[in-house]
Amino acid sequence: MTDKMMPPEEVVGRLRSGMTIGIGGWGSRRKPMALVRALLRSEVTDLTVVSYGGPDIGLLAAAGRIRELVTAFVTLDSIPLEPHYRAARERGDFALTEIDEAMFMWGLHAAANRLPFLPVRAGIGSDVMRVNPGLRTVTSPYEEEGGREEFVAVPALRMDAALVHLNRADRLGNGQYLGPDPYFDDLFCEAADAAYVCCEQLVETAELTKDAAPQTLLVSRHSVTGVVETPNGAHFTSCAPDYDRDEAFQKLYATTPWPEFAERFLSGADEHDYQLAVQAWHKEQR
Amino acid sequence: MAQGAAVSVSRSEYCVIACAEAWRDNGEVLASPMGLIPSFGARLAKRTFSPDLLLTDGEAMLVGLDGTVEGWLPYRRHLTMVTGGRRHVMMGAGQIDRFGNQNISCVGDWERPKRQLLGVRGAPVNTLNNPVSYWVPKHSARVFVERVDMVCGVGYDRAAGARYHRIPRVVSDLGVLDFATPDRSMRLASLHPGVTAEQVREATGFNLVIGDDVPYTREPSADELRLIRAVIDPEGLREREVKA
Repeated sequence: MTDKMMPPEEVVGRLRSGMTIGIGGWGSRRKPMALVRALLRSEVTDLTVVSYGGPDIGLLAAAGRIRELVTAFVTLDSIPLEPHYRAARERGDFALTEIDEAMFMWGLHAAANRLPFLPVRAGIGSDVMRVNPGLRTVTSPYEEEGGREEFVAVPALRMDAALVHLNRADRLGNGQYLGPDPYFDDLFCEAADAAYVCCEQLVETAELTKDAAPQTLLVSRHSVTGVVETPNGAHFTSCAPDYDRDEAFQKLYATTPWPEFAERFLSGADEHDYQLAVQAWHKEQR
Repeated sequence: MAQGAAVSVSRSEYCVIACAEAWRDNGEVLASPMGLIPSFGARLAKRTFSPDLLLTDGEAMLVGLDGTVEGWLPYRRHLTMVTGGRRHVMMGAGQIDRFGNQNISCVGDWERPKRQLLGVRGAPVNTLNNPVSYWVPKHSARVFVERVDMVCGVGYDRAAGARYHRIPRVVSDLGVLDFATPDRSMRLASLHPGVTAEQVREATGFNLVIGDDVPYTREPSADELRLIRAVIDPEGLREREVKA
């Protein structure tokens, strides 16, 4: 069977400028930050990014890597407004496809099911229709009391590649979440041509279900291209139950001018350098 | 103004009462309060007149008042709760207009906003599928505007044919507003004691319907006051969000 282990650099080496990239997690929760940081160390740019946005979007926006963003929101959760995303939007740095949270989810479902669209009772009457002039509606073929209802036909959110972060995985690409919410990481993997799973801990396949229920096996190997082991790789977002959000560091990220932050934490050679820089900063705070 | 009772009730406590009333007679539905005062209101409603309400821990669990987990509601299932209709959310609003169109996305031109806010989030799906109320902690003409810059939550004038659309109420620090008018434009339903209709008129950026004899928001019962002060918000966080 295929061993899919690879370092973060190889994942990024398989990405190309101009691609459509999906990023899993939600807001400032279980984001594949180590892979985002690897992207920032590469030359890959001009991306269309599909994400329930958090600091993944802030980092890529601040570094000027986004050509177009597809999202329903961008937030740091405990800090409602993402400062680098805000600044980029207010400068008009990139195009935005702004859709509702449910429209986004059904767009992923459509792509994962190889359907061109799915009907959604959301968007009609709102300015989502105005700012997305390409969106079409579809009328129910079935007569109901009150007439035939009109829905938005949400187009499939098909992606060239998806990046997600999970608690555990094996070398084959079977991925497991151990926190309270799977978010939509399985859909991201199934909706993309290639999917890369980074995990807190690489384990043998038999270990996955030794102490955990089979429902925790969120991502299945047939939808995974590469597996990366990156302990603390979702930092500074939360990765329950392995760790909570690093609120102090997130606050630093949100309040430090971008060049200064990037110089101190993102200019190293690899993920290890980042983790060392974070440890050094925490030591200073004590 | 007959305040009667010997204890004085703070403005923030009237706000909690007014938010709690949004969930009266809702039955067995998920109460989704966004923000501090609506959260206190939902908890008060569940502890008193709406015991069957469901609440979350703010993450993926359905929990009882003592934190006992009674169910699982990750985001993907939450979205089914929304479209299934068994939910009443109270959202915030950066802007809201006379027909209840709400904006949390951005201020100014959407193409290049003056101020980027959150994004539409779930406002479109919420407003087309389950009752949506709003909470505005600082009633001003900057929030209550003639036209919102980006329609996220759908108002009554844009909801023709939307069979599950309903906006039960808008609670602000000055009073309660609803849409019980012939053309479904916003009306002042009650004033929090200590506030005048003139104050509300001045703090509203459109022509608000104000009747001749606007009632006051109801008084809390002694038991409700005890619950708010001793059980639900003993640290008095409510007083920081709303000042009289």
